[in-house]
Parts: sequence; structure tokens; C-alpha cells
Amino acid sequence: MPSDCTFNEFVLKFSNVNGSGSASANLLCAKALFRMGLPVTPKNIFPSNIQGMPTWYEIRVSEAGHLARRDGIDVMVAMNPQTYAKDIAAVVPGGAVIYDSTWPRTFDRKDIEVLGIPLARLCAEHWTDLRQRQLFKNIVYLGALARQIEIDGEILETLIAEQFKNKPALIEPNIKAIEIGRAYARDHFTTRLKVRARKATTAVGKILISGNEAAALGAIYAGATVAAWYPITPSTSLIEAFARFAGRLRKDPRGKLRAAIVQAEDELAAVGMTVGASWNGARAFTATSGPGISLMSEFVGLAYYSEIPLVIFNIQRGGPSTGMPTRTQQSDILACAYASHGDTRHVMLFPGDPGECFELAADAFDLAERLQTPVFVMSDLDIGMNDWVVDALSWDDDRQFDRGKVLSAADLDEIGDFARYRDVDGDGIAWRTIPGTHPTKGAFFTRGTSHTETGAYTEDGTINAQNLDRIARKIEFASALMPAPAIHNVSEKSRLGIINFGATDPAVREALKALAGQGHGINHLRIKAFPFGPEILAFVERHDYLFVVEQNRDAQMRHLLIAEAAIPAHKLIPVLSYDGMPLTADFVRTAILRILSDDQRIAATSATPITAA
Amino acid sequence: MTHIAKPKFRHPDLPVNRLGLTRRDYEGVVSTLCAGCGHDSISAAIIQACFELEIAAHRIAKVSGIGCSSKTTNYFANTAHGFNSVHGRMPSVATGANLANPDLIYLGVSGDGDTASIGLGQFCHAIRRRLNMVYIVENNGTYGLTKGQFSATNDKRSKNRRGVENLFEGIDLCALAIEMGAGFVARSFSGDKHQLVPLIKAAITYHGFALIDVISPCVTFNNHPTSTKSYDYVRDHNFMVDRIDFVPKRSEIKTQYEPGTSVELTLHDGSALKLYKLADDYDPADRGQSLASLDRYDRDGAVSTGLLYFDENQTDLHDLLATTDQPLNAAPQADLCPGADQLEAINAQYR
Repeated sequence: MPSDCTFNEFVLKFSNVNGSGSASANLLCAKALFRMGLPVTPKNIFPSNIQGMPTWYEIRVSEAGHLARRDGIDVMVAMNPQTYAKDIAAVVPGGAVIYDSTWPRTFDRKDIEVLGIPLARLCAEHWTDLRQRQLFKNIVYLGALARQIEIDGEILETLIAEQFKNKPALIEPNIKAIEIGRAYARDHFTTRLKVRARKATTAVGKILISGNEAAALGAIYAGATVAAWYPITPSTSLIEAFARFAGRLRKDPRGKLRAAIVQAEDELAAVGMTVGASWNGARAFTATSGPGISLMSEFVGLAYYSEIPLVIFNIQRGGPSTGMPTRTQQSDILACAYASHGDTRHVMLFPGDPGECFELAADAFDLAERLQTPVFVMSDLDIGMNDWVVDALSWDDDRQFDRGKVLSAADLDEIGDFARYRDVDGDGIAWRTIPGTHPTKGAFFTRGTSHTETGAYTEDGTINAQNLDRIARKIEFASALMPAPAIHNVSEKSRLGIINFGATDPAVREALKALAGQGHGINHLRIKAFPFGPEILAFVERHDYLFVVEQNRDAQMRHLLIAEAAIPAHKLIPVLSYDGMPLTADFVRTAILRILSDDQRIAATSATPITAA
Repeated sequence: MTHIAKPKFRHPDLPVNRLGLTRRDYEGVVSTLCAGCGHDSISAAIIQACFELEIAAHRIAKVSGIGCSSKTTNYFANTAHGFNSVHGRMPSVATGANLANPDLIYLGVSGDGDTASIGLGQFCHAIRRRLNMVYIVENNGTYGLTKGQFSATNDKRSKNRRGVENLFEGIDLCALAIEMGAGFVARSFSGDKHQLVPLIKAAITYHGFALIDVISPCVTFNNHPTSTKSYDYVRDHNFMVDRIDFVPKRSEIKTQYEPGTSVELTLHDGSALKLYKLADDYDPADRGQSLASLDRYDRDGAVSTGLLYFDENQTDLHDLLATTDQPLNAAPQADLCPGADQLEAINAQYR
């Protein structure tokens, strides 16, 4: 064994042509490493296209548990000659490249190991069907890679058997393809690669799941019954997962569905259906991304003003306009916080990983019904479509849905007088009724026009202002119900903090650990919800400077903090990444070090950490 | 004053239906529309139809968009919930509401601007989905609330009050609805309650998408001599292709027309329609023929009214989606939340 061999800390990258069937082979690789007990971080970097364009799949393996994307590729499986130059350049010195040497070539790097495997030729020898020849190339390279970095062969075979349990005829040829790759590597490469995998326990008991699947499950567990949607990357897989889970978990004894899923004609109709179903007392939701948010805004304003629960999953992507549909960003913060014309202010939840997509999806339905207002679950492409290693999802069977203030027929009989928009409890939240509840009581007229507390139309500006004030009070009250931020203080003495939210968390935590190692103790708060609760304001209060890390150009969360909490702008230092790629720890660490070296006043506020993160 | 509740006082001898309700119990607040507006006659016809059908009014869900017509859902069925949503989007709200609870009667009221312009897409898609609802268009060919602009149902070459000619083709909502697969398509005139009331009763009883396009003159902006949506024009050019009698499930069929010209059509709940043909060559059960005939009559300037198309066997959205029989808004948590044990099994699939 060479002395510079590294176990369980490396990055693999697969460079493919989209439409070539590589996705399942690459996922198989990630799953095999995960089954070995290793935390893996796969990132699918794909084009907005179906066939013929470059696509990449990265897998970071980190027994230490770092789950952010990392630059510097240790092993590149280069299957796309169009991108050879860029792909080869991305490999770290001492790293390796695997390529299809059916057409041999030399690469202009002396500091990397090049493993040529004649994949096309091998597949041509073993398969006659052209599509099979193409598909099995992916499995053959996986076999060779598995041998070279010591991915457990038994695990691979088990995974193949599981994957094709409904198509058993495919098990044998897939295992054969693995063996062809493995045999070729064994016969031609005397040594294995310098990065290798071996079984570990770090990821044992965890699950590997995408945020969209987890959010869909959260909606199932929260009792959502109506899903109306319009296809848009990267939110589509959320609804598709909801439909799949509903098919399995929501059949009545006669095989009929306890859910209704409708693909609408556009996002306007999707949100309109969601509003209609919520108005009528069902738990309903829609899922969309940036362009859909723009289209849905009018209905969001209606739901805010007429006080109808509304759950919208916003799986953010690169904007503005059509933007980068297959790249990630957190750039809809302001668009959602104040969506629609007029004075509005909306609840937003920020899941940091798929586990929180599940939890916050369930919370979103409770909050929307409790507050009778729109709730945005602000996920993004990175969390939504990539698989993340998280703790197993858990559900408390004692948990009861919070359906909010809804009057039954018996309640209506008991109370003397019903007024839909009357603040009887002092929290700004009025009682509502569901259509069809009572023969003579509880009916009201829902409208987007100015209304009195009974719902009648009014042009009395004072009454309308009072109503707007009550709604503002209600949303203010919401901050008391919001999930608390995640806070990690490394030093009570440190006057330097960092604030982030959503998918940036693994990168931020890894960067903070590295910075602590370099003597910079920075306290950390991750926002999980808007309106901001008191913990966030207290955290800002007790630090002199705070880095605000976000994936957009305009520092939108920083703007929101300044506007909403009257925080002096100079206290909040933006750290921004908006290239559409999942954030790396190196980016955060480098940005912060640069700021610290540029500005001694800021540097002086960090303290040597007492407890390393 | 913008919201006037009607006084509760009523004559002691008003007829009472089997629910013990009078016609006045189906009324709403006082209309704020212009005196003589066709829309108020339609509200009256809806009230009459609901009274005669003996509907428990709170089981109606009134949905509308924006405009004069959409305001009228406030002018009938006070004990029913109403939803005056956003412009052109009533069909999606109705769809969502219906998905949540198919057991209510979804009564949508819209206008020609709300339906044929901003809401044309949603109108078509609600029909495609076989949404079980009554969709009444109060069609006056003009934007009343913004003071008299042409709408998309205004006939080409018709003129506005100032003599400006409409340059663009009018959209025939009935033909479009037949094309999109609506199972019940009728046109009527706000000035003819004898025709309109039975059509509304039949539409409410129909299982599937029922459109009634009601020509409803705008007395303020589109009732001048050069308009093709004026009271006078519609009276002079009204071409009734048929007349219907609505026969409730329990009643015996009594006819007031000459026998031999009628057809009996069955509705989902066992009620029937006696349909008397007035145009010999018209068959409302034949989709292709009804479209061709409408095109021919209307080219000659006629306003074809009556039950224009009827499909006895339409399935609705819930049938197509195979949703459970219990309304989704009434499903208990135990039927919806799979629980912790099931989640453990799901977790295992992600290991």
C-alpha cells in the first residue's frame, strides 16, 4: 500500500453526455459508497436538455461527515470528449482520469494518472444491441472504478438486484458488465488508485434522500389531499414523488385515492386550484420555481388579504427570468417575502436539508391553517433534486394536525354572532368557516376587495386600514410560532457572527470548522423562518459584525434583515455566491479570510474559539 | 352605501317549498348594478331555480371572478359561501374547491370579459377536466365596470355608443364549450325567464360541466341601436332551437306543448328534461351537427338560444381521478397520515 493513500476523503466526478443512460450507474456508485457507511454528497450538474449536452455527476465522500460540494476532483471519469479539456483541468495533482481508450489519446497532464479502458470496444464484444452497448459502458466503467477505489463488490451486486427486482432479466447483464470492468482493471492496472473507500460507520442508520421526495412525504404526513401544479424544473419531482407516495399510502379500502393531483394549464391555475381547495377546507399545496412564483403572485395577494391558508413549495433555481433552470440559487427571498402588489408580508420557511424539507413541509400546513395565510417553503434545486445524507425521517404519532380556527356547525349554533374577520382572540387571527357547514349561519363572502369584519364590501378607508393593521398584527404574531433558528456559539467572547439559511449550511459549517482551526472563532446562526423571531434579533444584537452567506447577487436576506429588524447596514457583511453551483466550504472560508485581512476592525472582533465546531 | 342587506320582512302568504323556505330565503344583498341591468334578471332566475329545486342553499358554493357579473354572486343565496376571486381565474378556484368537496353545488358566475378574454384559458381547461359545475356567463359584449370597452364576445362590425366599429371576431363561448367537451351547453337571454329558469335547474342537476351563456344587455354601455347585444336586437333575432321543461325526479311528466315533437333526456339523479324541438334540423345530442347548425344560424345574424348541446353520459373530474367517495376536506387525520411505523419502512428504502 502506498504511503500517500487516502481513505474515505475524496471527490469522484463523472462527465457524461446527457441521454446516455449514465445517471443510474452514477447513482449506483453513490449508493454503494453510502452503503459502506460513508457520508456521500452527490451533486447532479445537468443541462436544461434531454439528449446530447454535457452533464456531470460529482460524489464527495467524507468519513469526517462534510456534506458540502468540494472543488478539486480526485478521480474523473471522463466520458464526454467535448469537455475533456475542462474535465482534465479540474483534477487535482496526483489524481486520476478514467476514459474510454477505444479511441486512445494523450492528455496534457503529467501530474495525474490516466487509466484508459476501451469501454466501447468491450461493450461491442459483449452486446449486439446498440442501446445496450451504450448503456452498459456506464456499468463497465463503474466496475473498473469500483475495483480501483475498492468499492465493495457485494454491496454493488446487492444494489443491482434491488434496483431491478421488478425486471430480474436485467440483473445478470448488469452484474456481467460490472465484472467486465473489474476484470479489465485487474488485468491492466497493477496498482489501485491513491484514494480508496473502506467501510465506516459514520453514515450507518442514515438515509440518502432528495429534498423534493422528503418534502412530498412531509405533505403526505401533514394530510395534504390536493396538489395542483404545473411542470417546472426543479420542482416537478416533488409532485411526482407526492403522486407516487399517495398511490402507495393513500388508497381507501376500495382502491380509490385519498388525494387529488391535478396538472394545471399554468401556474396561475395551479395556485388558483390550491386556493380554492384550501378555502373549502382541504389541505392543499402547489410546488413551483421562480417563474411560477412570478405568475402566482396575484393569487398570493388574494390569499393574504382574504386570509386563506396556502402552501407553496418554491424550489428555487437560477434567475432572473428563465435564468438557469438547472442550476441552484436562493434568489427569490424578496420576491416571496412581499409577493403581490399592495402591502403584503409572507411567512417563509427555509429547510437546510431534506430532513428539514420533511419537517418544515409538515409545519407549513399547520402554520398556513393556524395563520390563514400563504406559507412559502423555500427549498432550492440543490436540496430539492440532489440526494443528501440525513438522519432517518421521524414522525411522532401523538402529533395532531393544527387545523387552526375553524368553526363547526355546533360552534356556530353556540355562538351568537359570526363575523369572518373579527379579531375575537386578540391575536389578529379571526375564525373561519368552511362552505356548506351550517344551513343558516357562518356563510360569508370571500373577496379580494376591501371588506368589513363581516366580509361585506366597503369603501370606508378607515375600516380597510383597520383590517390591514389586523393582518399585519397576525403576521407579526406569526414570528412566535416560527421554528427557532439553529445557533452554534463557539465563543461567548466572539463579537463576530455568521448568518446563513438553506442549502449553504454544510459549506458554512465546514468553513467555520476550518476557520476555527486557523484561530477565528465565529458564532453561527442559521435562519429557518421569516418573520424573524427574537432569537435572530438577539443574535444580531450581541455581535459587532455578521457575515450573511447567501446564493444570490443582491444579498436579499441581508436586505430583509436590515429592513425588518432595523439592523445597521454596516454590521451585515455579504458573502455571496451566485454561479448556480452548490456552495463549497472553500468559497466561504476564502471570502471570510479576505474580508478579515482587508479589515482589521472586523478581524479584531473574532475570538479564539473555546469549543471547536 | 355599498352593502345593503335586504330587510327580513316578507309577506306571510309567500309560497314555501318542501324545506320550508320561501323564494326570499334564496335572495342575497341588494344589487348595486344599474337599474335595468340584465344581470339582475339572471340573479332572479337563479333564485327562482334554486327555490323550485328545493336546494339547501348553504350547500351551494358561489364562485366568480371580477367584473359586474362576478359581483352578482352576492345578490343571491345569502346562506351560501361566496368567493369573488381574481379576474378570469374563477375556473381554477372552482376546480380546487370541487376537488376538496364534490358534494356541494358549484355555481359559477362570470362575464364575457372574465371568461372570453383574461379567463379564456381557464374556461377551456375547466371544461376539458369535466369539472362538475354550473358556469353562467352574463354576456353583454362590453366591459361595464371600466365603462364600455369592447369585449371578446362583441360581434365583429357591431358599433359602440360613439359609433366606433369592433374590428375583431367575436368568440362564441357555446361553440367553444362544445368543442372543448362540455356536456351541457345552453344559451339564453336575460329577458326570457321562462327559458332561463328551466335551463338553470337542468344545469344545476347535470353531472358534469354545464355552461349557460346568457345574453344580458348592459343598459348603460351596450344597449344602443347599433349593438348586437341590446334588448331590442336580441328580442328581434332570438332564434330558439328548442325549449326544455325540467321534470324533477319524483314528478310525473306534464306537458304543455303539442306531443310528438319532444324528446326525453335523463339527468344523473333521475330527473328528466322534456325537450321540444323548435328548429327541425337541430339535434342537441349531435355534437358535430349542433356546431354546424349554430354556425349557419349565427352567420345570418340570429342569436341561437335553448339547450344547444347535451351529453347524457358525462363523467366528471372525480370519476376521472378516481378519488375516494368521502370529500377530501372531511377525511380524518387517521386516514391521511400513514404514521411512524410506515415511515420506518419508507426510511429503509433510502438506506
